[in-house]
Amino acid sequence: MSVFHRFANPNRFLKLTNTVLPWVSGLTAISLLAGLYMAFFTSPADYQQGESVRIMYVHVPAAWMAMFVYSSIAFASICALIWRHPLADLAAKASAPIGAGFTFLALATGALWGKPMWGAWWVWDARLTSVLILFFLYLGHMALMNAFEDQERGNRAAAVLAIVGFINVPIIKFSVDWWNTLHQPASVMRMDGPSIDPSMLWPLLVMGVAFKLFYLVVLLIRIKSELIEAKLRKYRRALVDNA
Amino acid sequence: MGQSLFIGEKLTCIRGGRTVFAGLDLSIGKGEVLVLEGPNGSGKSSLIRLLSGLIRPRNGSLFWQGQDATREPEIYQQKIHYIGHRNAIKPVLTVLENLGYWAGCSPKKSQDLSGLEQALDQFNMLSLKDTPANLLSSGQSRRLTLSRLLATDKPLWLLDEPSVGLDVSSVALLETAIRRHREKGGAVILATHTAIDLDSPKRMNLSDFSPLYNTSLLQQESLEESWI
Amino acid sequence: MKAFLNIVTRDLHLSLRQRSDIIMAVLFFILTATLFPFGLGPEPNLLARIAPGIIWVTALLSVLLSLERLFLADYEDGSLEQLVLSRASLESAVLAKVLAHWLTTGLPLMAAAPLIALLFNMDSDAFLILIIAMALGTPSLSLIGAIAATLTLGARRGGVLIPLLVLPLYIPTLIFGVGAIDAAMNSLEAGAVLANAKPQLFFLGAIFLVSLLIAPLAGAAALRQAME
Repeated sequence: MSVFHRFANPNRFLKLTNTVLPWVSGLTAISLLAGLYMAFFTSPADYQQGESVRIMYVHVPAAWMAMFVYSSIAFASICALIWRHPLADLAAKASAPIGAGFTFLALATGALWGKPMWGAWWVWDARLTSVLILFFLYLGHMALMNAFEDQERGNRAAAVLAIVGFINVPIIKFSVDWWNTLHQPASVMRMDGPSIDPSMLWPLLVMGVAFKLFYLVVLLIRIKSELIEAKLRKYRRALVDNA
Repeated sequence: MGQSLFIGEKLTCIRGGRTVFAGLDLSIGKGEVLVLEGPNGSGKSSLIRLLSGLIRPRNGSLFWQGQDATREPEIYQQKIHYIGHRNAIKPVLTVLENLGYWAGCSPKKSQDLSGLEQALDQFNMLSLKDTPANLLSSGQSRRLTLSRLLATDKPLWLLDEPSVGLDVSSVALLETAIRRHREKGGAVILATHTAIDLDSPKRMNLSDFSPLYNTSLLQQESLEESWI
Repeated sequence: MKAFLNIVTRDLHLSLRQRSDIIMAVLFFILTATLFPFGLGPEPNLLARIAPGIIWVTALLSVLLSLERLFLADYEDGSLEQLVLSRASLESAVLAKVLAHWLTTGLPLMAAAPLIALLFNMDSDAFLILIIAMALGTPSLSLIGAIAATLTLGARRGGVLIPLLVLPLYIPTLIFGVGAIDAAMNSLEAGAVLANAKPQLFFLGAIFLVSLLIAPLAGAAALRQAME
């Protein structure tokens, strides 16, 4: 409990958020611009894939974020269930749509990339399929969270689901890899080779940092608006009760 | 306080973001009856569910025979009977089968059977024992549910509107059951709107603890300091 | 243990009184499977090749159909409250209900699977593996399904939610269940059938064990929440 006591007051949290937010937003803008510049101008076109390789600088960080945000939700859910701190619930709730957005972005860019490479918008590639299932996990999580009259109950049910889903992610990943190698012996293209050239690695890493910062910005804004909404609800209720 | 069977201290219950009651103290000893009173929405059902351990209090503590049971209601849950609004009757099973599964014993064993039949008899349900429960009237269903109190012996009864759907003569059966339970040293906490004739009950009005009726409680909780 | 068996026998007793529920699941399984030849054409080689996939997908959907009722009936009539307060720990209560669910859905589906395999002209050498794979896989379906069934108690549109929550988690069972039978069909000599399918059966068993560990914990946590 003591870990959270520092933020135990929503007003203190809001104040902290307001100080931090401009800085993080600025850093996000800088790293995003730098990353995009490197991706578009300083990195070379691939000798096989041509210019379409540049999709990678959005696709790969988005796929990283898909898993990163899901892990964050699972972590927040564990905190929410053990310490019952509302901030953890809020963080999980605010993260889910962002993570689903990143996952969708990874799927969409994967399809765009796949069209020139494979000649099809969708192939049942092991990675893409795993990301697709992760997307379904996100959808289930969000649907469950919003399925109850009592928001608190929705939060807690979704927390249990997130933890169960998180335990299952490696199992799903493993089984999809198994299934894919069985049915499709050789992948047409590897999305990231182990020996990636530094001229491509750097823009990728910068974009990865930019995406993480972007997540933080949106997360803080969403938690903030949830808090303000809760406060409004509370005041309205007090008005009704006092009347 | 030492002889008290069950004590609640400074209990606070919040449901759906709304404080149902706050700072509620109660205690009950052997042979006592506590009647919970108060208008609709004052939290009688919530309190009974909270005492049974089905829901956890937001604040406050529960003590079972002096032992802190706030975090582990399991230590006393086997020693209470809880009867809620719903009868928990399976329509496809017979009266006797329903009672048997609640009591956790088989009606096929003769020593168990006599206990079950006695319980049914005290609520005037013995003649219906092999009737499928879907044929029962609402009063008969309630009597079947109440006969669970007598099928297994437990020191504390938590009854939420036990007399709903009962006619006058059936209420008298309930009164008898409560009287005998108290004679054996049992305790009863019940919420009711109807008049049930009980010998020297303790009474508690829940609207004293509800911010809806007692506005002094509203100020205790600052709007600024809470999360949701 | 006695409390565990009490829940299992109660649920089995209830299912036997309402036999149509069991029959419906099996009937759905067989009817859905027979739709595929109409959609894909009657070519025997094709049907034999896709038989494992069709058996598993339709079995999965049949289990899905039965999941909503698994806890909902008890939740609605108040039996679940009594279950929470009963002698059985909540984890073992979840396991007991899952066992009863498997006995009344998984087991009948397992018994009906060879019939569909026959209709699809599946290689008879693989029948043994089909049975073993179903025996290892269907309990996982019941266990994982119980998590979704408990989490959606009291939700709006719970019946629509369950498939959304459960289907992604069913994928590993589906992959290895089909994989085991495929491996058996692809083995060249009859004696090597079991050896060929061994890794997949091993993983099915591993998934079962993981589910056996997670489902009671998650289900009990969800039931506690549902009481609030």
